This record gives sequence, structure tokens and C-alpha cells, in this order.
Amino acid sequence: MRGVRQTYPFVKPTELDSPERARAPVIIVGAGPVGMAMGLDLDRHGIRNIILDDDNKVSIGSRAICWSKRVLEIMDRLGCGERMLAKGVQWNLGKVFFGDEKEPVYGFNILEQEDQQFPGFVNLQQYYVEEYLIDEIDRSALTGIRWENEVVAVEQTDAGVTVTIGTPQGEYKLDCDYLIAADGSNSPVRKMLGFEFDGETFQDHFLIADIKMKAGFPTERWFWFDPPFNRGQSALLHKQPDDVWRLDFQLGWDIDREEELKLENISRRIRAMLGESLEFEFEWASIYTFQCRQMDRFVHDRIIFIGDAAHLVSPFGARGANGGLQDVDNLGWKLALVLNDNAPVGLLESYNNERVIAARENVLNSTRATDFITPKSTTSRIFRDSALELAREFEFARRFVNSGRLSVACVLDQSELNVMDSDDFGGDLVPGSPALDAPVTINGEESWFLKTIGKQFTGVYFATDGTQAPDGAAKLEADAIPVKTIVVATGDETETLVDHKGILEKRLDGEPGTYCLFRPDQHLVARWRDFDLQAVRSAVAEATMHTHTTDTT
Amino acid sequence: MTKKLRTEPRIEDPDDFYAGLISLHEGLDSEQSQSLNSKLILLMANHIGDRQTLDELLALAHSYRPQE
Repeated sequence: MRGVRQTYPFVKPTELDSPERARAPVIIVGAGPVGMAMGLDLDRHGIRNIILDDDNKVSIGSRAICWSKRVLEIMDRLGCGERMLAKGVQWNLGKVFFGDEKEPVYGFNILEQEDQQFPGFVNLQQYYVEEYLIDEIDRSALTGIRWENEVVAVEQTDAGVTVTIGTPQGEYKLDCDYLIAADGSNSPVRKMLGFEFDGETFQDHFLIADIKMKAGFPTERWFWFDPPFNRGQSALLHKQPDDVWRLDFQLGWDIDREEELKLENISRRIRAMLGESLEFEFEWASIYTFQCRQMDRFVHDRIIFIGDAAHLVSPFGARGANGGLQDVDNLGWKLALVLNDNAPVGLLESYNNERVIAARENVLNSTRATDFITPKSTTSRIFRDSALELAREFEFARRFVNSGRLSVACVLDQSELNVMDSDDFGGDLVPGSPALDAPVTINGEESWFLKTIGKQFTGVYFATDGTQAPDGAAKLEADAIPVKTIVVATGDETETLVDHKGILEKRLDGEPGTYCLFRPDQHLVARWRDFDLQAVRSAVAEATMHTHTTDTT
Repeated sequence: MTKKLRTEPRIEDPDDFYAGLISLHEGLDSEQSQSLNSKLILLMANHIGDRQTLDELLALAHSYRPQE
């Protein structure tokens, strides 16, 4: 098995020797992908924060491997998207096998939309993603990781949170305005505070083995139901960079864990699956059970839970890390506005509401996939097998086959921050949808639409004449919560931003004069056929939980 | 909501259809019969397609389930 990639040194915090207690606006517990992304997202919003981690290394083993388009877009704003795309393995095709038949029951294509910068998914070992985040954090003046700093106590008052931290050289305390718990499924912070984590553990075991091999398998997701090499169970094959392949064997409930983890036994399984003469090396192996759980609330006054600490799903569907990183994207701008006194604390409640609903959707999808893969009764198993048999011939039956419904961007269509359409709109979005990418040119250079919006409220205006912004756009930029207006020019390719293929107009239904207002996390708030300064201001007020319009004129 | 599920007699020559349905299961063991039935249900469900009708079917069948 491969060893640890790199360790990060413990650096003695100055607070250990100082009699005065330091205060940070935000402390984040946990330097996994979600915690680190949170630190960077807050950095991008100008909020100083400290990330604490009880360990001194990135993840051992590949762990999370499938990163969704929406997450790549989020990571792009944190400086990691293009590295993930360059290193990651792109795949679009999945195949489902059933029983002894060598031919797949069917194949499916996950490519959702063409003409976007990022594909539906890339596969990449979690440790690479963590290393890219660490590189960005190293460049940041506002965030940093304190390795081997373990939270041992948490105390919340009206004024803030006091964290007691254990280190190899002793304990110290830090104060913060907000504590973000990103400390994973076993969240020590959640346990210290005694919060419930309700849900179910599935009566099943899965063996994950990551192996290195030079094999001619295509870059596709292969999933087997009841294959001859793992009778009555399921199996998965999926490619990662560096010739590493993820294998996943369902083992059932009644197993001898120690026996199953013996390398000679794992090797036997692998050879039965991929061929007796296969040459390979082990990267990582682990046995796990699935759980689907979530907290009732993610926001507890000044302590906020994100990622696996708040919600846990089975891996089918890649909804774990991909869900957690959407938490980050949702929380960062809201917390920044609240900390800068630009929005009421109630805005954080919208993080709770939006992401609790999103987590429920992920738990529901993940539970349904797990129930299909591990039927709970004979009848359920017979229905599953029937659906698989019919799926060879009939498209309708393929829709029932569930080897994981892959993570797609969460549409916040029930959010209280949205403004209902008052004009007629078609296109691909509704209020609450994340913006869709499209190829554009900026000053004649090929680029992507999503690179132009986000971080702050942004209005996208489809010009009626050249690059002319609507009257009042400049006033919006000077508001307490500024709104930047991006003009989609009507002219030729030397203009500021040109929708040269007409795809943006189609996706946003942007006929000339249309104004679409996006939140800092790129979700659509409101849209109008004509620009109206007061309407935009009240939409911003609504999207930040202000009851009255911000008025600076 | 008005009911969409039709429960008045609709099948022509019901005796003949019924005999055909039963004869499908001749020589099958219980598992094979269940498998055949589940395929029949999935095919019929897709043919009906309409979600409201399907939900009414599920509810009606559920209300006729054997009591303990």
C-alpha cells in the first residue's frame, strides 16, 4: 500500500505563549476539501479565518473521486478548477451489466450540455484536490491551516464562540464570531454539543480497492448487478488519473472484516473480476458501511455545520463532497455580508433552509440508489431483477435501474431569497437555478460566461444597442451591497462581452433588454424583460433578507 | 381531484383473458411467478404512464392488502 503523500508541520501558535486571547471572525474546524474550500471562499469575500485540523496530512487513499460540473465551477472561483480539469480523468459514459451476460444491459451518457467549460464529471483522487486547495491557501493572506490543532472544547455565548485547542505543545483558546464545523461524518464538534444526527445505517458492507494497473479498459463507469465474480452482489469499476482504478465490491452484511481485508483475499476478488493474469499494485483498500444521515438544522446560532458533519450519504451518486462544496458556495457570501453588517443574521437562516432541503434531496437519492443496489426484501430484489431484464430491450425500464443518480447542481427553486418572475421567461433557468455556462468572447478573446459573474451580486444585461448599460446600472454599483452589471453586447467580437454563438441568449432566454440578477454564488435571483432600478434594488434586498430596499441615492 | 382510475368492467371476454393470465404461470415456481408478475406490472405501469392513475392504482391495491 502506498504511504502518506506528505506531512505538514505543526507550527507553534503564538497564542500558546500569549496571555491575551486572540479573536478571528471565523474559525473552521477540519481541513478536508470542504473546510479548506470554506476558508478560501471566505478569503475571496475578504473575511479572515483560521482552519484547524487535528491531523498533519491530506486524505490517505483516494476517497472522494467524482467531482461534478457544478463543483468544478465553484472550485474554479477558488483557483482550483482548471488544475482539477487538467489532472482529472473526464468521462461521459456509464455502462450497466447484469448477471452472466458479457454485453452491458445498456449504456448511458452523462454529458448534460455541450458548450460549457467543465464536463459533467472528472475523476480525481481526493488528495490531489486537497493539495490544490492547500496551494491556494498558502497564497492567501486571510486564511491559513493550523495542523495538529485539535478542538477539545467549544463554548458558545451571545457574543461569539470560544474554542479550546489541544496541540503537541499544550492547550490554548481562541475566540471567534462564527465557528464552522467541517469536521466530517464523525464531527467531534457535533458530538461535543450533543446534536442529533438522524438517519439509517444500511445493513451491508462494501470493499473499496484502488489499484494501479495498465489495463485497456475504457474510461467509463461500469456497474455490475449480480456478476459471476461477485454472485448476488454488485461491483463497480471506475478510472482515476495515474493508472489508478477504483474497484468497489458489495460484500453483504455478514462478513469477517479482517479476513476480507487480507490482501490475498482482495487480490483473489480482483483477479476473478478482471482476469487471473492481471498485474496490479494496491493503492488503498477499505471496508465501509453506508449511512444516510442529516442534522435537523445546520445553523445553531454562531456554530454552523457544513459537509459530512451536517449530512452524510452513501457514495452512489457522488453526492458527498459535491454536496459539501455546494454548502460552502452557499454559506460564504452570506456570512461575509452578515459579518460586514450588510445583512441581518436572518440571512444565515437561508443557508440553513436552502442546504437542509438540498441535503434531503441528496439523502433521498442516495437512499433510493442504495435500496435498489441492496434490496431489502425478496420482492424488492425480484422487481429490481425484472427491471434489469426489461432494460435490455426497453428504454422505460432503464429509467428504473438505479446504480446511483449522479450529483447535479441543486436548484433552489423553493428559496425565500428568490423573486418570482413577473414577466414570461423560457430558457433553461428558473429563479433559484445556478447560472449555466456558455462560451463568450471578452475583448475578442474566447472565454466563459461563468468567469464573469459571481463573488458579488451581478446583473447580466442583454443590450439593445451596442455595449450600452441600462440607466441606473452605475447607481447599483455604488449601493451598500453593490451590483455589478455585465453587458452582453450586440456588436461584433471586439466589444466587451459578446455572446458570439448565441448560446447564452438561448440558455437565459435573453432577448434584448432582459436583465438577469445573480447572487454571489451564481444562482438566479430575479429577471425582467426591462431594467428597473427599484425592482433590482428590492430583489437584492429580498435576496439578503432585508425587509426594506437599500437606498443610497 | 377527480379520480382517473377506471374500475368499471372494460375487458372484452374476461374469462378468456383471465385464463390466459393464469396459464402464464403454469409450471413456474413461486420465484419465477413473482418475476413474471413484476415484469407484467412494470410493463403495464409504463403503458398507463399517467402518474395520477398509477398513484390511485397503488393506493387501491394497498387498501386491499391482506390483513394480519
